[in-house]
Amino acid sequence: MLINYWPIAILIAVSTFLAVAVVVFGHLIGPRRPSERKAAPYESGMEPIGPGTRRMPVRFYLVAVLFILFDIEVIFLFPWAVNFRNLGVFGLIEMFVFIVILLVGYVYAWKKGALEWE
Amino acid sequence: MTVSELGLLNILPILILVVWACVLLLLDVFVFPKREQVTPLLSAVGLVVALIYTIPQFGQPKEAFNGMLVIDGFAVFLNVLVLISGLVAVALSYDYLNRMGMARGEYYVMMLFSISGIMLMTSAADLIVVFLALELLSIPLYILAAFGRPKMESEEAGIKYFLLGAFAGGFVLYGIALVYGATGQTGLTGIVEAASGGLENPVFLLVGAALILVGLGFKVAAVPFHMWTPDVYEGAPTSVTAFMAVGAKVGGFAALLRVFMIAFPSISVDITPVLWGLTAATLIVGNVLAVAQRNIKRLLAYSSISHAGFILMAFVTYGDASVRPEATAAVLFYMVAFAITSFGSWAVVIALEHAEDRGLELEDYAGLGRKRPALALAMAIFMFSFTGVPPTMGFAGKLYIFRAVIQGEYYGLAVLGVIVSVISAYYYLRVVVVMYMREGDPETHSEGWLNLTTAVTAVGTVVLFIFSAPLFDWAAQAVLRMF
Amino acid sequence: MVPVSYYVALSAILFSIGTLGVLIRRNAIVIFMSVELMLNSANLLFVAFSRLYDLEGQIFVFFVMTVAAAEVAVGLAMIVAVFRNKRSIDIDQISSMKG
Repeated sequence: MLINYWPIAILIAVSTFLAVAVVVFGHLIGPRRPSERKAAPYESGMEPIGPGTRRMPVRFYLVAVLFILFDIEVIFLFPWAVNFRNLGVFGLIEMFVFIVILLVGYVYAWKKGALEWE
Repeated sequence: MTVSELGLLNILPILILVVWACVLLLLDVFVFPKREQVTPLLSAVGLVVALIYTIPQFGQPKEAFNGMLVIDGFAVFLNVLVLISGLVAVALSYDYLNRMGMARGEYYVMMLFSISGIMLMTSAADLIVVFLALELLSIPLYILAAFGRPKMESEEAGIKYFLLGAFAGGFVLYGIALVYGATGQTGLTGIVEAASGGLENPVFLLVGAALILVGLGFKVAAVPFHMWTPDVYEGAPTSVTAFMAVGAKVGGFAALLRVFMIAFPSISVDITPVLWGLTAATLIVGNVLAVAQRNIKRLLAYSSISHAGFILMAFVTYGDASVRPEATAAVLFYMVAFAITSFGSWAVVIALEHAEDRGLELEDYAGLGRKRPALALAMAIFMFSFTGVPPTMGFAGKLYIFRAVIQGEYYGLAVLGVIVSVISAYYYLRVVVVMYMREGDPETHSEGWLNLTTAVTAVGTVVLFIFSAPLFDWAAQAVLRMF
Repeated sequence: MVPVSYYVALSAILFSIGTLGVLIRRNAIVIFMSVELMLNSANLLFVAFSRLYDLEGQIFVFFVMTVAAAEVAVGLAMIVAVFRNKRSIDIDQISSMKG
């Protein structure tokens, strides 16, 4: 029942309080000596190169979309793998058909040059 | 399970189309150097083969995937219509795409996928299949609408169609979820059985059905869910618009009819007033706004909204079991009439269209009667058919629709239908007047496939009118075993 | 166990947020995200109801996720194409057709 969720509610309350408190107290008590170097975007200790909000090359996006398309199909593979023995040869053939359809798309994307970086 | 248990042979036409589309996609990238000339021919071959396997299916209803798909007369009738529409659309597209520099093989592949989606939709007897078919029919259409890229209007049409189509898909899905929650079933016959046994939460069923109605209303462009139609029809390449106008409507109405008539007859008391209002709004808005249009593509877009209204008129009677077969047959017949007239009129639009959207205003049709008498005659036939003047298919279609509506005793709707028909005469006949009475020198294209399509649809509009009685009988027979 | 009605309420709220998002927001990507929210609220409903009935609802969710992925691919491709052309994805700014 709902009573079981009390620990979670308490945890949420505590963590919210902590997060707010750290920020607020740090703001109130901490010393503030701003310098240009401190205001610069943090790039793992390196000298920052260029502005922080650069536009991404569109190629990343192409890869990302292809990734979504082929990645999501795994949700059909998992239930199939769990029930592999029950489904038997028929399930194997079904999955084979499914993969072939995916392969058609993959080959098309490949031949169209969607996987080339340059 | 075996192939015969799944009923794979019963959905052979759909399988042929899907497999053929995949093969064409690969052939396209691997084999042909001049592929944009070969792919249309091959896709037409695929459509013909599917048609050959579809026609003998008429008769005893068959099932596939444990009753998730039903191939009955209703489905076969619409599948034949859709496959022929696909052939016409390929013929329309071929010259147009070459002329506009858009010829790419993927166009026809997308069309094949969309057609297979429509065919799945006509035979869907389970809400899961309805949703999947809806997406399979829509997603290729989004791509096709944006096919004119990098032309801005086409991209805009694509993105608008996509956003509103996905929005509508969300409504359908949520509606399906609520229906599932109310009945525990997604199969249409299962839903009606559960509903007749009494439900714990009948309101879920009602809201779910209403949401499905909203979502499919978007797809068939019923008012107030029509806002996307004029923009998308105007911006999309004209050959795509022609296909979309028929394909999306057939798919949407097929799902509406089957889902509501089979699964939701028990709540027809609550749904019918809503449908009544929807129909009246669609008829009025579609016809009145069409009067103000000067752009022929927008004019035909509003015209297609108004024809959705006429089809909805017959659908309003769905709760009345005695009128249901007659009304369904009338809808099937009207879809044939609409498809043939619509394709014909878009073919004429394509014949006058030039690069960069020139030749699309009503004024560009001035003098067509003198310069291309045959083309002008064809356009006049289509306009008469849209208005509902004999001897055209449009007249016969309206006749059957009105007969069903009067049988269902919706006299108010029938009167409204007559009034808006009179309004529609104004803007349809204006096109005819401009063609014949005004002086002008329109530039036209005369291309083999395009001329053939125009001629066939024009002749068909008249000849099918003569054979409208047997055609209606066929439609009536098709729906006989549906209920 | 949390009662099913709680999930139904949550999913109705999510669906409403999604619908309002589509109607109010003007950024094409945000509109699209709102549509995804609508789809996922339906998914939540399916999974919740499937506890009352059978596994059918959960299976449906798999299909919905796949379809949503296909829509993402097509939609993002279009949004990128429009952005390259117009340098904007504001739905009011890319609207040129009127009437």
